[in-house]
Amino acid sequence: MTTIAQTPAARRARGRWFAQVGWRHLVGVLAVLFSLFPILFVISAALNPLGTLSSTELLPTGASLENFTNLFDRTAFGHWFLNSLLLAGVASFASIFLSALAAYAFSRMRFAGRRIGLLTLLLIQMFPQFLAIVAIFLIFTTITDLYPGIGFNTPWGLFLLYMGGALGANTWLMKGFFDTLPKELDESATMDGASHVQVFFRIMLPLVAPILAVTGLLAFIGSINEFIIANVFLTNTESKTLAVGMYGLVAGERNNNFGMFAAGTLLTAIPTVLVFQLLQRYIVSGLTSGAVKG
Amino acid sequence: MNAPLSGPGSATQTPGREPARSGLPRTSRTARHHAPITATGLVAKVVLLGLVAGIAIWAAFPLVEAGHWLGLGVLAATTAGLFYLYLGRRHIPAKYLVPGTLFLLAFQVLPVLFTASTAFTNYGDGHRGSKDDAIVAIQTSSVKQVPGSTEYALTIATTGDPATGDLVFLLSDPKTREAFAGDAGGLRKLDAADVTVSNLSGKVTAADGYTVLTIGQASGRSDAVTALIVPTDGGAIRANGLTRAYEGKAARAYDAGCDCVTDDETGRTWTADEKVGSFVAADGERLTQGWKVNVGWKNFGAVLTDSNISGPFFGTLAWNFAFAIGSTGLTFLLGMAIALALHSPRMRGTNVYRVLLILPYAMPSFAMLLVWRDMFNTDFGLLNNLFGLDVDWFGGTWSARIAVLLVQLWLGYPYMFLVATGALQAIPAELTEATSVDGASPWQSFRAVTLPLLLVALSPLLIASFAFNFNNVNAILFTTEGGPFAPDNPRNGATDLLITYTYRLAFGAQGAEYGLAATVSIFIFAIVATLSAVSFRRTRKQEEVYS
Repeated sequence: MTTIAQTPAARRARGRWFAQVGWRHLVGVLAVLFSLFPILFVISAALNPLGTLSSTELLPTGASLENFTNLFDRTAFGHWFLNSLLLAGVASFASIFLSALAAYAFSRMRFAGRRIGLLTLLLIQMFPQFLAIVAIFLIFTTITDLYPGIGFNTPWGLFLLYMGGALGANTWLMKGFFDTLPKELDESATMDGASHVQVFFRIMLPLVAPILAVTGLLAFIGSINEFIIANVFLTNTESKTLAVGMYGLVAGERNNNFGMFAAGTLLTAIPTVLVFQLLQRYIVSGLTSGAVKG
Repeated sequence: MNAPLSGPGSATQTPGREPARSGLPRTSRTARHHAPITATGLVAKVVLLGLVAGIAIWAAFPLVEAGHWLGLGVLAATTAGLFYLYLGRRHIPAKYLVPGTLFLLAFQVLPVLFTASTAFTNYGDGHRGSKDDAIVAIQTSSVKQVPGSTEYALTIATTGDPATGDLVFLLSDPKTREAFAGDAGGLRKLDAADVTVSNLSGKVTAADGYTVLTIGQASGRSDAVTALIVPTDGGAIRANGLTRAYEGKAARAYDAGCDCVTDDETGRTWTADEKVGSFVAADGERLTQGWKVNVGWKNFGAVLTDSNISGPFFGTLAWNFAFAIGSTGLTFLLGMAIALALHSPRMRGTNVYRVLLILPYAMPSFAMLLVWRDMFNTDFGLLNNLFGLDVDWFGGTWSARIAVLLVQLWLGYPYMFLVATGALQAIPAELTEATSVDGASPWQSFRAVTLPLLLVALSPLLIASFAFNFNNVNAILFTTEGGPFAPDNPRNGATDLLITYTYRLAFGAQGAEYGLAATVSIFIFAIVATLSAVSFRRTRKQEEVYS
């Protein structure tokens, strides 16, 4: 891989170091710069005391927490944050559980309609759910009339809707993880008298737990970023999620609210970045091992 | 391997495949019959089924109240089915599949079927309701102020909450000082004793049983005020601003004899056309208020042949492919290149690089897309400032496309870097060492060994990434919003994906065309499904997906 020409003899040692290792650091540093400069810009905007887009430079020009206090005083950011955490947390947990159940059946049992079921899931998953938004809107208008508690402007209506996509999104990936576990494990447990429920909860789930956590994290990030459907469902200020609320912040007042928006971006990033750094080693092994099997 | 994919049960009955495995269910099923019922299992079953029963009862009351008997039947059947399934000892696979499937049917399959059926109608703005709705709308919207019609002083009130309650017009006739209350149901005279009428403005200032809205509250609901039409014997009363109202006459009337609408003033007639769901005049002019009818395959024909739609459709399709391939390919190339560069036993600090590199992937993407949009801003955007440029990034076709791809690259390459690193670590070092012993250059070794192995491991992820980017709404909606638009075609912009184009058809400023939008959705679905089926069959040759 080291195809860079050797430098002349005078600095041979250093040249060899560069050819073998140094250029790798150069690539790494350039990549880090590329990764970080927009984030640096966001930090600079969040600390910018003027709080406007036009006055923001790449490097922070001042250090003021005004944007953060404004964010909590002038908008319902606290509500948005809690709504998003609650919705994404519950939805990703429940959807992972639902698809783990289905994946277990698809991976370990043979039954009539198994193959058709798998193919149907694959097909349905390809229909972009948000294109059915008119139909979804009409369905939930009826639901809101009947049960206001799970209708528009509640996290639960949106939660039910996200559950509809649970099987399509994750079952295939998860089935791949289950397939990688040797069958002898659950066969011997069955021989010892374990029921299928015990095999699932005591043997399968603990073994794929790190991978479940990764899939759950990806589902969590997906829900946090979901905008289109949430935007239709949540119109009350206090019931909005982060994506809907913060979009509203810069939709009209693009320049003036930019500082608050940047502050909100940083706060939104804290939980995901933390969990991400904790789980990144599983992401590497988990996604590739599941993917290879299908 | 190549057994036909159709027919339930083919998975279990494919002859000659893995006899050892196909024997498994029978033995395990008999074993399960003997498995003892544990206390925790029993408690969990009772609690969960109790929960199901509770939810069913809670859900039943509103259905009974509203008289939704079909809904009640579905609810009862579902609940009974769940009890049958989980109380019995058979149908074990179904026990695991049913919970997710119920949600799937209710919130995914049902809307998709509904959307598909919409594709055969003209449903959209002006064609929402039934023909009767359209006639009522035509008549009331044609109410005009005619000379000599009564004018009223108007006060806006409600019987409920000022922000949400149904509106009532409190009207007083300045000449006779009589007061009336009017809503969509009609006009009632109010007893003078219950009403306070201001001497100064002639307006009703208070009335028993009504809450008068302040001007601020009323102007906040001005759309509802304009929409409220109080029918009267000779026509209807409408608001003129927030403080005055007039009684006008309906200029257009429907005649069931000729199935047509006639305008009294001009004498023009529009005859009902059931094929297009509109009232059409002899010269082809249509009234904007129509009704919903089935149009058969017309929308499908329009997408393929109408040059206003098909031109943008195929152009957009081409860019859509370029975008999805570009996003996936560029992120993969960059991610892999960096992973290769950092993948060396002599490298130190790779963990530090990795932690910093993947930050873009962990940041909330909706927010970072909006940040990038503002970094591309012509006047005070960071990129123009930093490099001293004066480029109108989102103004030109190609600069906008490059900008969108650049944003996707930034958002997506850390993910590819992560998975490529993982795949590289899984490739045994002996393989690459063996090639160098045989005298291969690093490039040859990469081409012959590393890249093929990487692609085998990552191709499912690349396909998934392609499918995701093919319909990546946020990437476009949060940055260019589909623009730049050609001056003569506000429907379709240079960076529009099919999905954002459809979104604009369905909800855009041009007026909603749900029928057409649903048709385009079906086309998108067909394209993505075909692509995935093809790529899926290709990868299936390498892995045993159906095992």
